[in-house]
Amino acid sequence: MTGGAAAPPRERAAALAARNLSKTFGGAKALQGVDFTVGFGEVHGLLGTNGSGKSTLIKILSGYHAPDPGGSLTLFGETAALPILPTEAKRHGLAFVHQHLGLVPSLTVLENLRIGDFAAERRWRIDWAREARDAEAIFSRFGLALDPSAEVSTLSPVERALLAIVRAFEDVRRTQTDVGGGILVLDEPTPFLPKAGVDQLFALVRGIVAAGSSVVFVSHDIDEVREITSRATILRDGRLAGTVDTRETPRQDLVDLIIGRKVETYRITRAPTGDAAPPAIRVRNLAGAGVADVSFSLRRGEILGLAGLIGSGFSDAPALLAGAVPATSGSITIEDVTVPLAGLTPRAAQAAGMALLPADRLGSAGIGNLSVADNITLPVLPSFRRWFGLDRRAMLARAGALGAEHDVRPNVPSLPLEALSGGNQQKVLLAKWLQTAPKLLLLDEPTQGVDVGARQQIYAALDLAARAGTSVVVASTDYEQLSQIAGRVLVFAKGRIVAELVGGDVTKERIAEACYRSAPPVEEAA
Amino acid sequence: MSAIDPAVRSRAASPAGGVSLKANAERFGLLAAWAGVVALFGALSPEAFLTWINFSTMFSSQAILVVLTLGLIIPLTAGDFDLSVASTMVLSAMTVAVLNALHGWPVGAAIVVALGLGFLIGLINAAFVLFFRIHSLIVTLGTGTFINGTVLWISGSQTVGGVSMALVDWVIVQRVFGISLSFYYAVILCAALWYFLEYTSPGRRLLFVGRGREVARLSGIAVDRVRLLSFIGSGVIAAFAGVLYAGTTGSADPLSGLTYLLPAFAAAFLGATSIVPGRFNPWGSFVAVYFLVSGITGLTILGVDTFVQNLFYGGGLVIAVALSQLVRKRQPQNFS
Repeated sequence: MTGGAAAPPRERAAALAARNLSKTFGGAKALQGVDFTVGFGEVHGLLGTNGSGKSTLIKILSGYHAPDPGGSLTLFGETAALPILPTEAKRHGLAFVHQHLGLVPSLTVLENLRIGDFAAERRWRIDWAREARDAEAIFSRFGLALDPSAEVSTLSPVERALLAIVRAFEDVRRTQTDVGGGILVLDEPTPFLPKAGVDQLFALVRGIVAAGSSVVFVSHDIDEVREITSRATILRDGRLAGTVDTRETPRQDLVDLIIGRKVETYRITRAPTGDAAPPAIRVRNLAGAGVADVSFSLRRGEILGLAGLIGSGFSDAPALLAGAVPATSGSITIEDVTVPLAGLTPRAAQAAGMALLPADRLGSAGIGNLSVADNITLPVLPSFRRWFGLDRRAMLARAGALGAEHDVRPNVPSLPLEALSGGNQQKVLLAKWLQTAPKLLLLDEPTQGVDVGARQQIYAALDLAARAGTSVVVASTDYEQLSQIAGRVLVFAKGRIVAELVGGDVTKERIAEACYRSAPPVEEAA
Repeated sequence: MSAIDPAVRSRAASPAGGVSLKANAERFGLLAAWAGVVALFGALSPEAFLTWINFSTMFSSQAILVVLTLGLIIPLTAGDFDLSVASTMVLSAMTVAVLNALHGWPVGAAIVVALGLGFLIGLINAAFVLFFRIHSLIVTLGTGTFINGTVLWISGSQTVGGVSMALVDWVIVQRVFGISLSFYYAVILCAALWYFLEYTSPGRRLLFVGRGREVARLSGIAVDRVRLLSFIGSGVIAAFAGVLYAGTTGSADPLSGLTYLLPAFAAAFLGATSIVPGRFNPWGSFVAVYFLVSGITGLTILGVDTFVQNLFYGGGLVIAVALSQLVRKRQPQNFS
C-alpha cells in the first residue's frame, strides 16, 4: 500500500511534498497524479470547484482516504507511509481545521482547547489554574480576546473559528518537537464569516505563519486566496490545473484555471418552454437565515436553478420557502393565492401547493428504518382510508407502482428505505412528493451521492413533472447538473441574487464563472 | 429508462425465502420462548404448574400489567418516555377508592374522575415536554414522583378498602372460561391499539413522529400535536389500568402499584423484539408480559424466593434492549 518504493529524494525545501497522488472511486478517477508542495512558513491556497478533487486531496492528507498505489508523501523531509494514520499525521505536524470546527459548544473555551491533550494524556491531575494561564498566554500572543472560562456556545462564529485554529496550532506545537513548525490545513474556514471576521482570521493566520508554521488555505473565494496566500494550487476535474504565485496572477487567470475553458460537449436539456407565459409563481422579498432579500418568479412548468458559492444563501432558499426553516419576511404567490412566508409551517406550505425535498436524505427527507411503502405513502395517507381503516394492500400496491414508474431497484416496497442505494432512495423520495402533483417542487442538492445512472432518471422524472405543470426550483452546487436540467439559473452572493443566466448562457462554465465573479467586494469589481 | 444496471443482478439474487424464514424466527421467537418456559416448568412441576387454575390466575392477575404496558407503548412509539404511568395508575386506583368508599360517590362517577385525572396528567406531561422542550424522561420522572406524593396525601398513607362490589364483580369475579373479565378488557384494548397503530393514519403518523421528527415535520405532520395526544393516551390508559387495579383488589394502597413501572418497560421493550420486530407493538407486549409472568410463576412454584421477580423483570428489560439492538444490526444495509 505504501509508496515507499518510489520515494523521492529528501526535500528540505518543502514542509509538505506530495507526489503523484491518485484516488479512484469505483472506476471514477477523483484525483489523478496530483503533485502538491507547501513551503516552510508559507500560506498556500488550494482552489477548485466542487468535484475538482480538492476534498479528496485533503482527505488523503488527513488519512481518511487511502490513495491509489504509486504516490508518495513527504512531511518535513520524512517520508510518511500512505495511507497515513491520523496519529502519524499529527506526529508529523499536520493539523486540520474543518468547516464544522469540532468544538463542543457546552464546554468552556479552555476545555475545548485542551480536549486533545486530555484524550491522550496519562496525567491524573489537571492543574486548571496553570492551564488557564497558558491559554491566556497563547491568546494574548495572537492578540485574541478570548476568555478561557467562557462557554463556547456564547462565542460568535468568528471566535469559534479562531479558537479551532489556535487549538490546531497548539496541537501541532505540543505534539511535535523535532521537526519544523507544523502545517495547518484550514478547510473552508470563511464562508459563513462576515468580512470583519475574515480579517481577524487572516490576522491569526499571519501570526501563525510568523511563528514558523505553514498554512494550507482551502477556499472557494478567489479574493480571499489572493489576499492571504503567497502561492496556490488549483485542481480541476481531479487533475492539477496549475500552481501559481497568487499575488502575480490576475484574478481572471485564476478563474480560468478553476473553471477551465473546455468546450461543452453535450447537453440533455429540453428547450425552454412558454417563454411568453406569465409567471405562475412569484416570490417577493424573501429573507431569513442566509438570505437577505430575494425576489424571483417562475412560469408554470419551468425548472429554475439556484447556484452560488457556499454560504451565499442559494441552498437556504428552498427550506425557507417551504417553511422548514422559519423565514423572517416575504411572501409567495402561487396561482393568484398569496401566502406570507414569515411563520409559514411545512404543513401550510404543502397546503399552498409546495413540496420540499431536503438534501439530508435520511435525516430530513425519509426514514431509513421504515419501509419504502411507509415512506412513500406518508403524504397521501388519507387517500387509503377505507371503512375498515387503512388499506395496507393498496398502499403496497401504490408504492410498487410508483417504484416501477421511477425504476426503483430493487422494487420491493416492504424493504426498509435504508436498504436501497442513495440513488434509489432519492427516486423513492422524489416519487413521494411527485405523486402529490405539487405546484412548486423545491429541491436541495437532489443528486448528492447519487450515481450517474440514477441521476439521469431523476432528471427525466423532473422533466416529466415540469411538462405536467409543476414548477421546479433546484438548488445545487453541481453546475453541470444545473446546465442539464434548468432553463434559467439564478446566482446568489451574500444572500442576494446577483446574476441571472438564461438560455444559451446556462452552461457549466458560465454558471461557475458567475458564481466566482459574484465574490469580489464592490470596490474591486470595477 | 433503460434497465441495464447491476441492481438487476442483486434483485435476482436476493434470497427471498431465506430472509422470510429468518424474519419468521424473529417474529415468533418470543412466543416459542414462552412455550419453552411453559414446557420446562410443566415438566418440573406438572401437578402445580400445568393446571388451568394456575393459567387462569396468571391471565387474570396480570391483565393490569398488559393494560399499563399498552398505555406505555403509545408515547414510546412517538419517541417519548412516560415514567409516570405507574404513578398515574396508583392515583387513579386511589381516586376510585377514596371517592367511592370514603365519600360515597357512585362508582361510575369515581371512574370518570379517575380517567379524567389520567387525561390531565398526560396534558401536564406534554405541556412541560413540548412547551419548555425538556426531555420526557426528566419531566415524567418529576411528575410521577409528584403524583406519588399526592397519592400518599389523599390516602393518608393508608390502604383504602371498601370499593364497590359492582366494580370488583365486573373486573375479577365474573369469569369466562375461568378467566376474569379484566383479561378480556386487556385483549380488547390490545386489539384496538393494534388496529389503531397499523390501520389508521393517526397511528402511522405516531410512528413517523417517533422515527424521524424532522422528516415528519417536513412531511406536514403536526408533530407537537401528535406528541401531546400520545401523552394523553398513555395517561388515560394508565388511569384505566388503575380502575382495574382497584377492581381487582377491591381497595387501593398507595405504594404497591408503583412496582409495575419496570415490568411495564421490560414488557414493552421485550415485546418490541417480536411479532413486529423492531417496533413497539401491542401483541408483542402481550406475549412479553405473559412470558415474563410464566417464568416468575414457575420459579415461585418451585419454591424460589420472591426476589426472582426483580431478576426476571430487570434482566428481561436489559436483555430485551440488547436483543432489539441485534435485530437492528442484522438488517441488510445495501441492496445495490
